Amino acid sequence: MTSAPIYLDNHATTRPDPRVLEAMWPYFTTIYGNAASASHRFGWEASEAVEKAREQVAALLGAEDPREIIFTSGASEANNLALKGGLPSLRRKGNHVITSAVEHKSVLGALRRLGQEGWEVTVVPVDEFGQVRVEAVEAAMTERTVLVSVMAANNEVGTINPLGAIGALCRDRGVVLHSDATQAVGKVPLSVVSDGVGLLALTAHKFYGPKGIGALYARRGEPRARLTAQIDGGGHERGLRGGTLAVPLIVGLGAACEIARREGLAEAARVACLRDRLHAGIASRVDTIRLNGHPTERLAGNLNLSFGYVDGEALMMSMREIAVSSGSACTSANPEPSHVLTAMGLDEDLARASLRFGVGRFNTEGEIDAAVEVVATAVARLRAHSAAYGGGVATSVHGERFDEAVQ
Amino acid sequence: MRHIYLDHNATSPLDPAVLDAMRPHLLAAGNAESRHAFGRSARRAVDAARASVASILNADPSEVVFTSGGTEADNLAIFGLAEVGDGPRHVVVSPLEHPAVDAAIDRLQLFRFAVDRPKVGLDGVADPESMVAAMTSKTCLAALMLANNETGAIQPVAKLASLAAAKGVPVHCDAAQAVGRIEVDFRALGVATLAASAHKFQGPAGVGLLLVRRGVRLDPWIVGGGQQRGVRPGTMPVGLIVGLARALEIRHERLIEQAQRWRSLRDRLETLIRARLGTDRVVRHGPTDEALRLPQTLNLAFPGVDGDALLMQLDVAEVAASLGSACASGSTRPSPTLVAMGVPRMLLRSSVRFSLGPEANQDLIDDAGRRIADAVDHVSKFDPDSAAALAST
Repeated sequence: MTSAPIYLDNHATTRPDPRVLEAMWPYFTTIYGNAASASHRFGWEASEAVEKAREQVAALLGAEDPREIIFTSGASEANNLALKGGLPSLRRKGNHVITSAVEHKSVLGALRRLGQEGWEVTVVPVDEFGQVRVEAVEAAMTERTVLVSVMAANNEVGTINPLGAIGALCRDRGVVLHSDATQAVGKVPLSVVSDGVGLLALTAHKFYGPKGIGALYARRGEPRARLTAQIDGGGHERGLRGGTLAVPLIVGLGAACEIARREGLAEAARVACLRDRLHAGIASRVDTIRLNGHPTERLAGNLNLSFGYVDGEALMMSMREIAVSSGSACTSANPEPSHVLTAMGLDEDLARASLRFGVGRFNTEGEIDAAVEVVATAVARLRAHSAAYGGGVATSVHGERFDEAVQ
Repeated sequence: MRHIYLDHNATSPLDPAVLDAMRPHLLAAGNAESRHAFGRSARRAVDAARASVASILNADPSEVVFTSGGTEADNLAIFGLAEVGDGPRHVVVSPLEHPAVDAAIDRLQLFRFAVDRPKVGLDGVADPESMVAAMTSKTCLAALMLANNETGAIQPVAKLASLAAAKGVPVHCDAAQAVGRIEVDFRALGVATLAASAHKFQGPAGVGLLLVRRGVRLDPWIVGGGQQRGVRPGTMPVGLIVGLARALEIRHERLIEQAQRWRSLRDRLETLIRARLGTDRVVRHGPTDEALRLPQTLNLAFPGVDGDALLMQLDVAEVAASLGSACASGSTRPSPTLVAMGVPRMLLRSSVRFSLGPEANQDLIDDAGRRIADAVDHVSKFDPDSAAALAST
């Protein structure tokens, strides 16, 4: 390969920030030690570094107490710990859980399993933008409801959910709000306190930290889910998560949080400009496209488009110069159409015609302009072979479903 | 004064060559599940690591499941084999197990599983016959570690697995202290599952593996996307997985030569300490048969000496060692392994574990021997309790 493709898949994973790696490096090389080794300074140094990172994570989330942060191997584990580990303590209050149709598989999967254990799970639909409506959550609530699980921002269409409103509703009802904030942390301002979130899962590699480390925020105040460990052993993390702490990774997560806390707002503005440039560029060159997701309440880096008369998979595979995704990476080997897009009301054809662009910290204007060119060329090439596509005129029934036509 | 790190059984510092192998993957974007060039490159690296690990441990690549570490691997195996959903049954486990296994077994008890922990002898080696004798028609799982983290005693895992197979009971083996230090042959051991952790063999912390014998069905513990065929979902940490494989390759290349070096250094350390203190002031825990000893673990009791005070003194002398499992350090409970072995009470709190790494050499060990003997002398002299205890022995 002559040059690396342009990376526009920052929802799948991000390239670690060099400053994050720099912070981690000493813990890979000179400062070793098991943070649980209480008897020598190697252990103490490791333990100090871990506690500093815990404070950095707490600060980014607006948590009141660093002890509310539990390190895990990532968001899948954090979501499992929150739900399978948190719900049993709420059982005496009720057995009803509310979630949304667009959650990540680690949430839906854990809840499906709990469903087999006598938990009643209501899956509320989302609106056409993929947003969970607070009214829908309220309508689903019963006296038996103990927990609501709603993602902070969607991984496919980037739609940001009204966590604050849902959190206020939950607080009024004494219900715990769990949020898979994997895509939102470091990208949009979050405050677990003012948003009323009781459990929140995150992973470092989605915001320029290392892979293999994440965290669960678990509120110590009421309403509170008291966690049971899902991985037992050794009493690490106050007995809530066994296993030797991966000190360099934890330091990396802390550093990523610190950078996001300082630069997140400015970065979101810059990334949104690039994303809009990408959108405008594609729209000026390609007709019959449709924006999936919320027009405004959307992650700065997210652009999810359906291209009329084109199969998203084929389009993705035909563009070797850019790295994008035709769905979430976790399920990209899965031929099923995206459960997120179908939940938003897209039919299978439209869902299959979609492509997810994830603009991130390291993208440049030049890359965006180059990507526009690649997309325009590839779509034109594929459409040239399409019998249904009538030379740029959306004549078929298929075409009428695209609400965003040529400017 | 240089630091002397003799706590490799707690964690073994990352090999710089391993970090070199990890570096490009730590710098890269790329989710192994993505289908573009970045994703494919990550996938290739993971596949190569899987193949390499499988070949070294004599397993099939499809039998390798990467986890966040040994503890998660142990949990996945135990809960996966126990199939809690099928109702309470019975498990047999050695009383020597690491907290990762023990705590998972304790959790099974909450699900009303019955647990038997047949006694072991003073040498700290489990008896497969008595473990099998404890099995009933309801036994769904047996667990025996390959090498004990505190004494380094190598356990008769293959024997247990073959006896248990006759009863249709799968065996889980926590091999965290053995992998990278002695030959580990998954096929020959005959166990259903085997757990290891990279940071015990100079790989990165935060990654481990579980070998799952083909045909053994594990109920996944973390539920999520379809990664690793659903057995262990979650975005794969490519850099860490590459590091695990590289560390194992490096250790494996030098396995026999390094083990010989370790044995001679380990014995040298013991000899030095005995020579300085007088042999009646030193008791070694664990088996005497060399074939049953990890080459780099030495667990010594100093009668009458308070282990905590000794560790503090060793820390002043820049020697890092431990009382036993780091995972249990800070707790005031005496080591469960030593208790299970029937070590006399007065020795329980006087025992210190020294575990060597590949950087050990004669010079370092001679220096360590001197500092350790000095520290023991110092603590015996200035601790009135120790002195009194010593006088009474």
